[in-house]
Amino acid sequence: MKIAILALQGAFAEHEEVLRALGAETFLIRNRADWDIEKDALVIPGGESTAMTRIMRDLELWEPISEALNQGLPVFGTCAGLIMLDDAHLSTMNITAQRNAYGRQLGSFYTEDEFCGIGKVPMTFIRAPYIERVGEGVEVLATVDGKVVAARQQHQLVCAFHPELTPEDTRIHRYFLDMIQGK
Amino acid sequence: MLAFLPYICRRFYARKVAETVAHDERPHYKTTKSQQYFLHISFSNFIKMEDRTALNRQLAQMLKGGVIMDVTTPEQARIAEAAGACAVMALERIPADIRAAGGVSRMSDPKMIKGIQEAVSIPVMAKCRIGHFAEAQILEAIEIDYIDESEVLSPADDVYHIDKRQFKVPFVCGAKDLGEALRRISEGATMIRTKGEPGTGDVVQAVRHMRMMQSEIRRITSLNADELYEAAKQLRVPFELVQYVHDNGRLPVVNFAAGGVATPADAALMMQLGAEGVFVGSGIFKSGNPEKRAQAIVKAVTNYNNPKILAELSEDLGEAMVGINESEIQLLMAERGK
Repeated sequence: MKIAILALQGAFAEHEEVLRALGAETFLIRNRADWDIEKDALVIPGGESTAMTRIMRDLELWEPISEALNQGLPVFGTCAGLIMLDDAHLSTMNITAQRNAYGRQLGSFYTEDEFCGIGKVPMTFIRAPYIERVGEGVEVLATVDGKVVAARQQHQLVCAFHPELTPEDTRIHRYFLDMIQGK
Repeated sequence: MLAFLPYICRRFYARKVAETVAHDERPHYKTTKSQQYFLHISFSNFIKMEDRTALNRQLAQMLKGGVIMDVTTPEQARIAEAAGACAVMALERIPADIRAAGGVSRMSDPKMIKGIQEAVSIPVMAKCRIGHFAEAQILEAIEIDYIDESEVLSPADDVYHIDKRQFKVPFVCGAKDLGEALRRISEGATMIRTKGEPGTGDVVQAVRHMRMMQSEIRRITSLNADELYEAAKQLRVPFELVQYVHDNGRLPVVNFAAGGVATPADAALMMQLGAEGVFVGSGIFKSGNPEKRAQAIVKAVTNYNNPKILAELSEDLGEAMVGINESEIQLLMAERGK
């Protein structure tokens, strides 16, 4: 299995490490030429969604990524990656994200909570968003204090927190790999 | 036997890293349970504070591969954000003007910083003077995302840096070499940057500091385990930090380049030398076309290893900041706070 990791800005190396530990082949996408390499899935990491949006548009990655996701390429977005898939950005998921929903860095926190079908998982929220609106076809996978922090729509998986920052627990990345294979 | 547990955890963790690091294009940083434990036993008095340290280091991880831009007005902040900056540094005067104006340079007006916080959604950083913990308390009170305890401002204390572990907000500090970097980390800094020579548009010092840090890190990784105690003594830093560098071949926090970066090529140079991201101070808003230059530097950091893209990005950027050579300046800011 070959997984592309969007490496425009942010914590992409952390995803790379976890996925490799699970035996997946990975490569980084930094420009339009990288996108043409064959892949079974895409990861959009944490970082700043404004920066990613700008770079994606300028490097002509926006259209091809949007097209591939609409055609069913499996994707996993964390934090900024979640925002990138919502209805104000790539619009491939029927969700609306609330950016910086927990405020500034002083609002960042760590917790452990239930993830549907997996159990209690570590959750690191860094200036995180949550999902404000869950539309039709979207399955809620986790909530913290009543706010939706993980969801799935067919082959698209999003988390408001960062499973890649707790690499000793690889269950969510494994869930993603299973999702790709079960498609 | 239990006393050895952290040591065993650490060794196991180091081996795991060694196995994965060989595949990776770039070094990276992670926080594992064993490392959180390592932090806990080494420094932290309170578990709560240790959690903050982890979260604050992790925010720096999210900034990687990005450009942090100095801005003096909400308007400049919006330009920076639109150009793809991953954070902005709010300050009253950019380093080139601080240098030109002379005199004592202090923390910016909180009202001005708040104006910038309201203007953008990306993290906002601000500078306080070295050792000026009251300025840091004020910045924490307005919920700044990162404090830069900076040599660009006039130092308030010529002996002590701020005890950064007493704060919930994160700190970034400048360093010229590995010893300075690890001393700042042991004081609680959760991000490091080169000092460079701010406000000059001359990248030579940032290059010197980054090369020095990287070569010292390589030297530490080559040492025998029993030689690390002497290395810690020579560097004047805690043993545990030297051991981390030895086992992982990198700093335990994210390391950015800063000082004198003025072109996409400068940014690419620093990234290839091992920086994980770039601060650009005077280089953008002291240039002919700030918007275009800002966008170009952002994309240069993403594609720092692709000369063809860098060539396109470097075209038609207008006038770069004039710059002053290192040898022409009287005040070496990098010599402040060691």
